[in-house]
Amino acid sequence: MADTRDIEVTVNGESHAANVETRTSLGDFLRHGLGLTGTHMGCEHGVCGACTVMVDGEAVRSCLMLAVQTNGHEVTTVEGLAEDDGTLSPLQEAFWKHHGLQCGFCTPGMLTSLTAFLRDNPDPSERDVREAISGNICRCTGYQGIVDAALDVAKTMQKGS
Amino acid sequence: MGVRYLGAEVQRMEDPRLLAGHGRYVDDITMEGMLHAAFLRAPMAHAKIRSIDSSRATELLGVHRVITHADLGAKYSHRMNQLYPAPVIEQDKTQYPLAKDEVCYVGETVAVVVADSRAIAEDALALIEVDYEALPAVVNIRTALDDDAPLAHADLSSNLMGKMRSSFGDIEDSFEKADHVFSAAFMQHRGGCHSMETRGVIARDDPWGDGLTLWTSAQSPYLIRRALATWLDESEERVRVIAPDVGGGFGPKAGFYPEEIAISLAARIMKCPVKWIEDRREHFVSTTTQRDQHWDLEVACTAEGKILGLRGKVTHENGAYVPYGILLPNSSLTPLPGAYSIPAIDVSVDIVFTNTVPNSPVRGAGRPCGIYAVERMVQVVSRELGIDPAEVRRRNYVRSDQMPYETGAKLRGGAPCIYDSGDYEALLEKALDLSDYNSFKERQAAARAEGRYLGIGVSSCIEDTGMGPYEGTTVRVESSGKVAVRTGAASQGQGHHTMIAMIVAGNLGVKPEDILFESADTAKFSHGIGTIGSRVAANVGPSAHDAASQVREKALKLAAEVLEASEADLDIEDGLVRVNGAPDLSISLGELAVKLTPMSAMRVPTGFDPVLEATSFDGSSGAPIACGSNVAEVEVDPGTGEVKVLRYSVAHDCGVMINPMVVHGQIVGGVVHGIGNALFERMIYDDQGQPLTMNYGEYLLPLASEMPRVDVTHMETPSPLNSLGVKGAGEGGTIPAAAAIVAAIENALEEFSVEIDYYPVDPQYLTELIDKGKVQAAE
Repeated sequence: MADTRDIEVTVNGESHAANVETRTSLGDFLRHGLGLTGTHMGCEHGVCGACTVMVDGEAVRSCLMLAVQTNGHEVTTVEGLAEDDGTLSPLQEAFWKHHGLQCGFCTPGMLTSLTAFLRDNPDPSERDVREAISGNICRCTGYQGIVDAALDVAKTMQKGS
Repeated sequence: MGVRYLGAEVQRMEDPRLLAGHGRYVDDITMEGMLHAAFLRAPMAHAKIRSIDSSRATELLGVHRVITHADLGAKYSHRMNQLYPAPVIEQDKTQYPLAKDEVCYVGETVAVVVADSRAIAEDALALIEVDYEALPAVVNIRTALDDDAPLAHADLSSNLMGKMRSSFGDIEDSFEKADHVFSAAFMQHRGGCHSMETRGVIARDDPWGDGLTLWTSAQSPYLIRRALATWLDESEERVRVIAPDVGGGFGPKAGFYPEEIAISLAARIMKCPVKWIEDRREHFVSTTTQRDQHWDLEVACTAEGKILGLRGKVTHENGAYVPYGILLPNSSLTPLPGAYSIPAIDVSVDIVFTNTVPNSPVRGAGRPCGIYAVERMVQVVSRELGIDPAEVRRRNYVRSDQMPYETGAKLRGGAPCIYDSGDYEALLEKALDLSDYNSFKERQAAARAEGRYLGIGVSSCIEDTGMGPYEGTTVRVESSGKVAVRTGAASQGQGHHTMIAMIVAGNLGVKPEDILFESADTAKFSHGIGTIGSRVAANVGPSAHDAASQVREKALKLAAEVLEASEADLDIEDGLVRVNGAPDLSISLGELAVKLTPMSAMRVPTGFDPVLEATSFDGSSGAPIACGSNVAEVEVDPGTGEVKVLRYSVAHDCGVMINPMVVHGQIVGGVVHGIGNALFERMIYDDQGQPLTMNYGEYLLPLASEMPRVDVTHMETPSPLNSLGVKGAGEGGTIPAAAAIVAAIENALEEFSVEIDYYPVDPQYLTELIDKGKVQAAE
C-alpha cells in the first residue's frame, strides 16, 4: 500500500484536511487533489518556475515541495491573488495592460513570484525585476511585458505610499 | 461603418481568465472514470527488440494494462501515415505508434502503461523488461553519407532521405563575370520546442455515441483528425479533435504524434477516457526538434560588393523518421536570396537520416537557417571588401520600385516566390536610427579604452507568411445579440480571440466583448488548416472580415424592410441598427436574428436565407512577404567568452497591424527565441545517439536576466494580397536574430580575427576561437 499521511493545510484562505501519499508533490496535490489547476507543471525539476506558489508568503516551487510538508501551513496559488469578487490584483491588471502573457502557461508562476518579490522589494530597478524572475522561464513574451508590468506596479505602489 | 478596432492596442480578451488561473489546458481537464498513461521509451538510439515481458508491470496494484505493438492486432499494425508526401523523398520512414521490432532513436515509444494514476503508470515502466540487441547508430550529419556510416534503420540503402535543389538564373555566368568569389562553411543548430506546456492528450472513445474524441495540445487539430481517421481507417466525422488552451506551440505541436494514436487505442481498449501528459524529460527525447544543418557556400560579387550569385551545398539533419515530409529543407531554401536582388542561385540539400528525434519546424522552420546563410555571405562580402555591413546591404536590396519582385525561388506547393511589397532599405535606415548605429564606433572606442569589447551586427530578412489555402470563419448573430464567431485555427497564445473579435466587432457594429469566440474544435467548424508559418492573421483576418461584412449586409437589408427605411440610411452601432436622422427608429441585431431563426409555423421573411450568419474562406491570394532589419549590440569578454546582448533594435514590416500590442509581443518574443538559438539552446547527443542535455540545467533557455530590452519600430506597407493588407508577424523576430548576434560578436572580436562557423556560440567555443586568433596573430 502507498505510504500516506493526513495533513491540514490552508489554501487561499480555505482550510483543507486531506490524506495524501507521502510522495505526492505540492503541485500535484493542488492540481489533482484540490482541483486548483491554475498552478502549472512546466518542468517538474525546479527550473522553469511555472509551478511557483506562495507558502507562508514565500515563493516556492510546488514541484520540489511535497504536499505533506505543507501540513499546518498556508498556501497561496494564482487563484488566490484576485479579490474575492474576482477583481484582479494590481499585478494581474498590469500583466493585462502590458501584454505580459501570451500562452498563459508560465503566468501563474510569474504572478506568484513577483507578488512575493514586490512585497519585499517595493522599489526595484529593471535589473532587480529581471533577476527576480530569472527562475521563471517564459517562451512566448521575451519577458519585456512582464518586466514592464512589475515596474509599473512598483511605481504605482510608490506613488500610493 | 468602419473597422474601428483595426490598428488599436486592444487589451487581450483571453487574458483575464488566464491571469486568474482559470485557463483550460489539457491536463486541467478531468473525466469520470479516466485512467492515466505513461510511455516506455527506447533507451538506445538504435536497437532490435528481441522480446518484451510486461508481466511484472501488469501485476502492480493500480495498473490496468500494458500495451505493446503486439497487443494492437492486425488492424493496427501499420506505420504512421506520411502527412506530406513528396517526390523528392527517396526513402520514406514513418514510425509505428508503438515500436514493432526496431527502435531508431532514444525516446521512441515502445509500450504504454494504463493505470489509476500517472505515478503508478510510471512505477510500472520500470518493471517492463525489454531485451534489446544494440545496433550501431549514426549521429553526425557530416559523416552520415560516408560509405562506412552505420545506417539509421536496418533496411535503408543509405542514410540519404532525399535531395532538393533551388536553382535559378545563370549561375555559371554570374561566377565567371564576378570580380570576387568568397566562400564560407558553417554549421547551424536550432534547438527544440520547449513550450512551457509540454504535449498532452486525452482520448475518449464512445462507439455508440460521439465516436472518438481527442483533447490534445496541438496547433493543427484538423490535420490530426485526418491523420488519425486515415490511420484508423475510419470516417473523419467519427473523429473529433479539440485543442483547448495550448501553452505554446512554436512548430513542434503542429504535427501528428505516435502518442495521439496510442492513447486513442488505449482508450478504445480500456473503454474509458485515458490521459497522457508528457513530462519534461520526455519532451527532450520525443517532441520533434530542428537541430543541425551544415552549409558550404560560395558567393560571387563585383568589386563594389554587388552580389551576382550564390551557390553551394547543404546537409540537413532529418532525424530518425519523416513525420513532416520535406517542409524544413524546403523552407530553408525558399528564403534565398533573402532581402536581396541576387540574379542567380544554385543550392542543393542532402537530407540525411540520423538516430535522433525526428525533425520538425521550430519557430520560423527553415527560414532562420536560409536567412542566416544569406546574411553570413553578405557579411563575408562586407568583411573581405571592407565595406560597411549596412552599405553592402543597401547595394543589394530588392528596391521598392522592383515590387512585385519574383526571386526565381519556389514556395511550398511550387508557386513562384514573389515579394509583394516593402521598402527594405527604408526599413534598414529605421533600424540603424533606432540603434544609434552611426555613433556606435564612438561607443566602441570608448569601451575599448576601458578594456571592454563591444560589437555591432546587422541583419535583414524577408519572411513568406500567410501560406494558403485558407482559414475560414463563421459569424452568426444569436437571439441575445451576441455574435458567435468560429474558426478552425488553434491558438497557442497569439491572441486570435482578440484579433478576430476586433475585426468582426468593428465591421459588424458590435462591441468586441459581445463576440463569443470558439476555435480549434473540429466538431464546430468544417475544416481548418493550422496555426503554422505566420499564416493566421493573413488568412483568418480576411475571412473574419468578409464573413462579418456579409452578416452586416444581410442585417441591413432585413432591417431596411422591417423599419421601412432605405438601407443607405441605416447604420449599426453597439448591436443596434438605427435609421440616421430618426433616433427612435431602430432594431437590434438580436431581433433581426430571431426573424431568421423563427419557431415552428412561423415564416422566414421572403428573399432571405435562414439564420443571420455567414461563412467565408477569403484569405491571401499568395504569400504576403514580411520583412525586417535588426541591429544587435553586444559586449564580449574575451577572457571567459561570455556574450552580453546590450541592445537589440528591430525595424519590422508586417503590413497593416491589426493589434500593434500583439504584434510587438510576437516580435519581442521571437527575437528572444532567436537569441536563444544564437547563444544558448543546444541539444547535444553523444556519438552513440544518447541525448546529453535532458533538463534546463543542461539545455539553456533564454532567461529574463540575460535578455536585453528589445526596441521595436514598424513600417506598415500594406500587402496587396488580402483585403486587410496584413502580413504574418509570428516569426519575423526570430528569423534574422542569429545572424545579427553572430555578426556583432565577430565585430567585437575583430582584433582576434574570429570567424564563427557554428551557433549557438557558447563561451567554450568562443574562447577557443579567440585563443586560435591570438596564436595566429603571434605567428
